[in-house]
Amino acid sequence: MGKAINQLLEAGYHWLAAWFVENPQALFPESCWSGYVLAALIQCALLLNVVAVGALLFIWMERKISGRIQDRLGPTRVGGRFGWLQTLADGLKLIAKEDLIPQDADAFLFRLAPYLGFAASFMALLALPFSNGWVGWEVNVSLFFILAVMGLEVFSPILAGYASGSKWALFGAIREAAQVVSYEVPMGMCVVVPVVLCGSMNLLTIGNAQAGLFTNWYIFHDPFTFCIFWIYFTCAIASVNRAPFDLAEAESELVAGFHTEYSGLRWSFFFMAEYGSMFAVSGLAAILFFGGWHGPFPIFYGLGVSGGDFGWWPMQLANAAGCVNFILKAVVGVTVMMWVRWTLPRLRIDQVITTCLKYCTPLAAGLFLGAVILKAVHFPSINDLAPAVRPGEVRESWVLLEAPAPVVEKGPVEKEHAQSEHARNLPPIVSEKQLAASPQTEGGSL
Amino acid sequence: MLLAAINWHSFFFLFFALLACGFAVGVLVSTNIVRMAFYLVMSLSATAGLFFLAGAEFVGAMQLMIYVGGTMVLLIFGVMLTARERFIDMQTPGGQWVLAAAAGGLFFFILVVNAFQVPDWSTPNPHQDQLSIAESKTTTQIGAAFVGVRLDRPEADNATQRAGMSGYLLPFEIVSVHLLVVLIGAAYLARAKRRVDQPGS
Amino acid sequence: MNLLTDPITVSHYMVVGAVLFVVGLVCMGTKRNALGVLMGIELVLNGANINFIAFGSKYLRAETLGLDGQLIALFVIVLAAAEAAVALAIALNFYNNHSTIDVDRADDLKG
Repeated sequence: MGKAINQLLEAGYHWLAAWFVENPQALFPESCWSGYVLAALIQCALLLNVVAVGALLFIWMERKISGRIQDRLGPTRVGGRFGWLQTLADGLKLIAKEDLIPQDADAFLFRLAPYLGFAASFMALLALPFSNGWVGWEVNVSLFFILAVMGLEVFSPILAGYASGSKWALFGAIREAAQVVSYEVPMGMCVVVPVVLCGSMNLLTIGNAQAGLFTNWYIFHDPFTFCIFWIYFTCAIASVNRAPFDLAEAESELVAGFHTEYSGLRWSFFFMAEYGSMFAVSGLAAILFFGGWHGPFPIFYGLGVSGGDFGWWPMQLANAAGCVNFILKAVVGVTVMMWVRWTLPRLRIDQVITTCLKYCTPLAAGLFLGAVILKAVHFPSINDLAPAVRPGEVRESWVLLEAPAPVVEKGPVEKEHAQSEHARNLPPIVSEKQLAASPQTEGGSL
Repeated sequence: MLLAAINWHSFFFLFFALLACGFAVGVLVSTNIVRMAFYLVMSLSATAGLFFLAGAEFVGAMQLMIYVGGTMVLLIFGVMLTARERFIDMQTPGGQWVLAAAAGGLFFFILVVNAFQVPDWSTPNPHQDQLSIAESKTTTQIGAAFVGVRLDRPEADNATQRAGMSGYLLPFEIVSVHLLVVLIGAAYLARAKRRVDQPGS
Repeated sequence: MNLLTDPITVSHYMVVGAVLFVVGLVCMGTKRNALGVLMGIELVLNGANINFIAFGSKYLRAETLGLDGQLIALFVIVLAAAEAAVALAIALNFYNNHSTIDVDRADDLKG
């Protein structure tokens, strides 16, 4: 993206400069740095809006859905029909509220805590691909990175609870920290299963490996992956502190948990973080188990348009369609979380920890073992039994030229090996022969 | 134009380095134990950013996951369990500060001088631009090294050389058993002891 | 030498590592809170880790440690986690027995 914008900007500069100077090349000998900065800013703004605008939308959805589930209408008036401006009105109210800081509070940490949680939830979106190649930062270990960053969110409630100087806040914070930290264990185990099936921790590769008919999706890969998805979803709900696991803010016993003392805009930051991470875990579920940006039926493949290089714009159009696919899947995940919230009663704290340690962790471990054994004995998946479309054959959206097409036949080890072979054929950076010829350089290279 | 001449790698290195060093100094200067913990979290996260910049993506993510997300949460739990009023702000006598600053300053001086002594260390990689992105994708190689296969050096025919690079299977096993033993031991040490009521007390 | 326009070398990383190392060292020396001492240890280990990563990075040097730098850094991280768990257990035990966390008061051989 940086390159494309850079070229556009450069062309624009030259066109403008041509009006004033003879030789615009002399003015701008290098490529414009501003293209990269602009591209970075555009991506930042887009991601920030996923969290901010997404929260507006999700809060409205939550009101409507909870209303319907409880057999009432929910907001109906603000903004014409459906009350779709209700959240904006609430936001204005929150901005206008007084910003209180309790007397006993550690003011610095109290102010900082909401932003910390927001930053962590925002950072998780940084490595989350929205379509084939549409990712803020393509990192090799993006799945691991997202999990790690979402684990950092726990500092926000801990600091908020401590800095509030109130025992309700502290109780809520300790509960939430215990819950989030323990649910990271089964969640990590569930997430590893698609990684093992695909052979990569890169979410782009995992998503592309599930292209084709919906039978290629990892949730339908074998019975173990089907079961492990539900454990993942349970753990995901717990790790974003949604009901029935929202012990941290159990009103009957803890007032409002770690954000008891917060008001106004600071308070709303906690909720933006919560909805942001709800979207992130649902998006992760969509990529890991539901084929990411690939639709259930390969329409273009059926029409005879598949693979090949159709130029930049058709690729981006296909990617945009993939992005819509992905966001729809993620929103369905968020909706299911809301449905669960307004249906099930809240668990007690010991029941929450029991669910994690006595049920989720052993189940996840057993299912993980089963899935790995099936993989090791090359047990055929549904798609292998009735091969409708093989994953490697069809690509509904195309990657930009840098990323290689998903190779399904080769294992990850051979692939990585081939990559390093390829790198070795480039101009030699480390002269391997020299290294091999003189064994002592190995120890003495420090 | 200055902005056009900026090396963005250096720019982000400076950004993360200043964050890491600044918050580390914050840990040192602050007397409030909870703030110290917070500064340490920020310093370690910035260090993870430095790892990402150096091309060690897996180690950076690991730093965030284990160090910041695991060890630091543990440490903060410890801080909260012991945070009574008189232990939150503990002042150090001035004499100790002077002594520590002198020793630390001397150490720092030696380290920094030595960092620039070897010309090979302070010359940048001349082929930096030619490195492909695949060079930083070391995750599979790290995984293979842990089970005893070195994919990064397949070409060594020398038997003695191959003996020394047979991977990290044994250290990996030792470390995992060590971690298990240590965690059980820590849980045993820190368990809630039932107080034995002395007769007559 | 302009820091913003010149490429980064191993020496720059080593200076950052040195700052973290020395700060951690001084932290260990001056903090009276046992957990503060622990934080100093974490800083020292991180300073060492930065050096390992820098020497193993292909972006900084033509002839690197290779994968060994990253692997050793991983071991350091894992061992640091183990060390923190044990040290924390000891600190909590000390706190339970003596109801203080001040390391200067830990001068009994038998508690």
